[in-house]
Amino acid sequence: MAGLTPENLARARETVALYPQPRSALIPLCHQAQAQEGWLTPDAISQIAELVGVSAAEVRGTASFYDMLHLEPVGKFLIGVCTNISCMLGGAYELLAHAEDRLGIRCGQTTADGTFTLEEMECLAGCDGPTCVAVNYRYFPNQDESTFDTLVDDLAAGRLDGDVPCHGTVSRVDRTVTLMAQRDEVLAERAASDRARSERQAAKEAKG
Amino acid sequence: MPVSVNESGIPSEDTVTITVNGKQIAAAKGEMIISATDRAGVNVPRFCYHPRMKPVGMCRMCLVEVSGPRGMSLQPACYLPVADGMEVVTDSEKVRKAQDGVLEFLLVNHPLDCPVCDKGGECPLQDQTLAYGPGESRFVEEKRHWAKPIELSDLVLLDRERCIQCARCTRFASEIAGDPLIDFFSRGDSTEVAIAPGEKFTSYFSGNTVQICPVGALTATPYRFAARPWDLEQVESTCTSCATGCRVVVQSSSNQVIRYLGVDSDPVNQSWLCDKGRFDFEAHRAGSRVTVPMVREGGELVECTWAEALRKAAEGIGRAMEVASDPSSAVGVIGGARLANEDAYAWAKLVKSVIGTDSVDADLGDGLPADAVLGLPKATIDEVCSAPLVLVMTPDLRELAPILFLRLKAAAQSGRTKVIELTSVGTALGRYATETLVYRPGEAASLVAALFADSDPKPLAAGMEIPPIAGVAASDVARTRALLAGFSSAVAVVGRPSLAESTEATVAAVAALSAARPETRYLTVHRRGNLHGALDAGLAPGILPGRVTLEGGRSTFAAESGWGRVPASTGMSTHEILRSAAQGSLGALILLGADPVVDFPDHESEKALSGGAFVVAVTAHLCESARRADVVLPAAMYAERGGTTTNFEGRVTTLGKKVTPPGQAWEDWAIAAELATALGSDLGFTSFDDIAAERTRLVPLFRHFTPHIWNAPSTRDGVLLPLATAPVGLTGAPRALDPVATPGIGSLPHHAVRPPSPSPLFAGTGTTGPSGAVASPGAVRFSRPASPPDLPAPDAYSLRLVAPYRLYDCGTHVVGSAHLAALAPVGTVRVNHYDLDRLGASTGDTLRAVSPGGSHQVVVEVDDEVQRGTAVMGFNLAVAEGSVSARSLIDLSAPVTDIRLEAHR
Ligand code: SF4
Ligand code: SF4
Ligand code: FES
Ligand code: FES
Repeated sequence: MAGLTPENLARARETVALYPQPRSALIPLCHQAQAQEGWLTPDAISQIAELVGVSAAEVRGTASFYDMLHLEPVGKFLIGVCTNISCMLGGAYELLAHAEDRLGIRCGQTTADGTFTLEEMECLAGCDGPTCVAVNYRYFPNQDESTFDTLVDDLAAGRLDGDVPCHGTVSRVDRTVTLMAQRDEVLAERAASDRARSERQAAKEAKG
Repeated sequence: MPVSVNESGIPSEDTVTITVNGKQIAAAKGEMIISATDRAGVNVPRFCYHPRMKPVGMCRMCLVEVSGPRGMSLQPACYLPVADGMEVVTDSEKVRKAQDGVLEFLLVNHPLDCPVCDKGGECPLQDQTLAYGPGESRFVEEKRHWAKPIELSDLVLLDRERCIQCARCTRFASEIAGDPLIDFFSRGDSTEVAIAPGEKFTSYFSGNTVQICPVGALTATPYRFAARPWDLEQVESTCTSCATGCRVVVQSSSNQVIRYLGVDSDPVNQSWLCDKGRFDFEAHRAGSRVTVPMVREGGELVECTWAEALRKAAEGIGRAMEVASDPSSAVGVIGGARLANEDAYAWAKLVKSVIGTDSVDADLGDGLPADAVLGLPKATIDEVCSAPLVLVMTPDLRELAPILFLRLKAAAQSGRTKVIELTSVGTALGRYATETLVYRPGEAASLVAALFADSDPKPLAAGMEIPPIAGVAASDVARTRALLAGFSSAVAVVGRPSLAESTEATVAAVAALSAARPETRYLTVHRRGNLHGALDAGLAPGILPGRVTLEGGRSTFAAESGWGRVPASTGMSTHEILRSAAQGSLGALILLGADPVVDFPDHESEKALSGGAFVVAVTAHLCESARRADVVLPAAMYAERGGTTTNFEGRVTTLGKKVTPPGQAWEDWAIAAELATALGSDLGFTSFDDIAAERTRLVPLFRHFTPHIWNAPSTRDGVLLPLATAPVGLTGAPRALDPVATPGIGSLPHHAVRPPSPSPLFAGTGTTGPSGAVASPGAVRFSRPASPPDLPAPDAYSLRLVAPYRLYDCGTHVVGSAHLAALAPVGTVRVNHYDLDRLGASTGDTLRAVSPGGSHQVVVEVDDEVQRGTAVMGFNLAVAEGSVSARSLIDLSAPVTDIRLEAHR
């Protein structure tokens, strides 16, 4: 089981340094770790815990809240089929059944070669193109059984490598700059507004 | 400054008035509605709220109607602070409807397996479902299922199906204990409490989560399926597993101690217990328990009658007394901290007047000397935790006095108290301290002197770098010195930081502080349960009951109306007694619940019992030392006897007797009385009350302190002696027992009534006044050594040994409690990687340790928390086959112990 690579560890340290509180970097670090392995390995979780100063249980607790952060290995391509109302009307359940047959796995499972994981998803906000399918969180709307088969073939053959990012990558943009506002400024502003509020309050009380 | 307190115990300037169900009640500014309604006796159902934790408003069970700018609305009573003029309704139709909804919702996924649930019968979910809620569910679907139960640790099991996600356990772990090892995983109806894979919930405080879980989701292995609540009997008592003195209830079933629960005592444990105190009751039934008297015959210990054992014991002691001119050099007595105060008084009388020896010591070389414990100006836990600045010079408090650690941690985290820690090894408190200065072991005195010096440390010559002080960088010293200078008065927590440094080294540091800041007040922290009580009873050389010196108490105790006789001069300390026994000059040695063979920090302690002295062991367990005794007298344990006990603050609280001692074990005072008879004398005691009566008559410190007083509801948090004779106001609001905060306690007689305020004779939480000591001419005073002990200069090849106390060690209580024994660490020598690399060794290797105690095999471990030049080995731990424990390395007659590690061949 792998933890962060030395390069990613260095990048993680830089990310932590961007925030006034190390803890704020927890989720960005989960993204980085998942982009490396496709899921959050226990080793990576321990490393993140140490980097941001919380316990491993707290990292796991936070990560487990989000469906897009994986605590177990997923296939190279995570295929999600939306089954919410618009897609359902467009035949999402039929497509899902077809996908199960085509991939030879049940929803929630990963193919034996580790290439595909199939998931049922909530509305992907692609309702205008039912049925909407996401592969590694990149959208392929208007899918039916035959386009789905083509999609799977293309993925397997590597023809879509430019469009579909490496498994586990949720965000393709990494934060490299610190927060725009300076901490001192924020604090000073907050103090000023607190003061104003208590003055107003005092004035109100003085009036009776 | 005295604060005026109104009927409800709230300082008047902070009072607001709110209306609850049409009645006006007083509430404290800023408190939550629920605590105001609780005080007024109006019950609001709740699950997640716990009076000792921050509110979260998670379960919504406490919804009440509250007036606001837009009229009445449903609000969680645990999450909304009171405001003047606020109107609260807790029993309207709207509130009932909300309660129905919340309860039905909470029960949707609950398995309702009450008949096989340990909580059944004392379960807040069960009780509140009966009292509130619709009583029926509309949920007909399949409930969620989880594996039942899973292990969070060796002590705590989790049944996730029963969990109602109140977050009491997770909040306790992160907020109170500082061990956030459990957390909620996932969300929605798959939310579960869990640990990270491969980890365990290894917190010293894990048992508290079981105590506060409002359902049967968390259970403790030692209590699982052991009893049903309605079969339990209980009595309130005080934990004596360490000297913090947490209040507990002892619960039993069929005359067996089966569970301890923490009682909320505001000045002490605030409802928490550590796992050692909570789970070490298994030692009552340990195989090593002695239940029949034994005498040595033909080299073997054989069971006999009490009459024969007492006769043999008296013969042996009598023989020793005959041959010597001074009983103090003939008979030694070690131990007494296991005893109740009344037992200790009876033993003091037997030892100092009937036998006539002053060589008695309740301290086993691991605490501070009696004059420091009794003579230093005292501070209570509350005073320490409300002081703006606290100097901590102790071993790791989480290991030594876990609940004191929690209190101090909370004080530091609240920002109220700045903690300055002086230590030789990293401690759990370090995370919360403002400054942690790591000094070379044994050299605290020079560090303290520098911290309070008139000026910052200076270079030896102009232009040179300023040398470190006791291993601490000069800049750190200067920074801390500046911090200290900003505070006019200081409170210090002091104790023996390491059993490998002599008492003198520790005393020198205290002396340096008291010289620099005479107004400093101290909380002296020692390891053994009732050491303070034993010292108050006179079980130490040179003192008599009531914190007076031999001279100070002579006129009272030597008189006919007293004991008739007291020792002529100061006797030997434990170390001296053991040395004298090893040399063969001691005639008889009485061990009063002490096990010096393994539990005294000196490599020679073992020899004491083979020097020919006649040894009588008064003990509950057949420990190493008792195995080598000539007579073994079985004694009653905790919960098998009553009386009072005294914690390290000097706070006296009651001990509850719940079960009868097994077999023929007797209470210690009865053993003293019978032994006196066998020696041809009479202590004049036939009951606890006799002892208390004599003590109140003879000892000014205990004046007025009768069973009537200590059993009164108003003293349920204990008293500090001497009792104040002027009425004193109670501090803090009186609390009622909260069955949802601590399910399982049910009712306790002393918590049913609210103590009168101000109380007629004394306060439950008052202080003894600025000096702490009794203002009598013969009072024990802290005696400062002329100068700190000379320490060997650090050399490049030696490592200075630190032997800290560990919570789970090889003491009889831990070893006798199977669930705790499994948690005790193995003793290794921990050193910085730098020191180990030099030897080409690594973690797990066996090396040779050349020490004053000889050359022995030890297992080493890299630990970069340990400073270079220092070696750390926990005291009294089990060690790998063929290697030795810390004791075999320590030379207690030297101020510090230096060892050398060598490759083993
Ligand atoms: S295990 Fe108990 S204490 Fe913890 S969240 Fe569940 S119900 Fe609450
Ligand atoms: S801290 Fe000490 S007194 Fe309190 S429960 Fe633990 S062992 Fe008992
Ligand atoms: S319903 Fe499928 S994307 Fe919105
Ligand atoms: S929300 Fe108030 S007790 Fe849970």
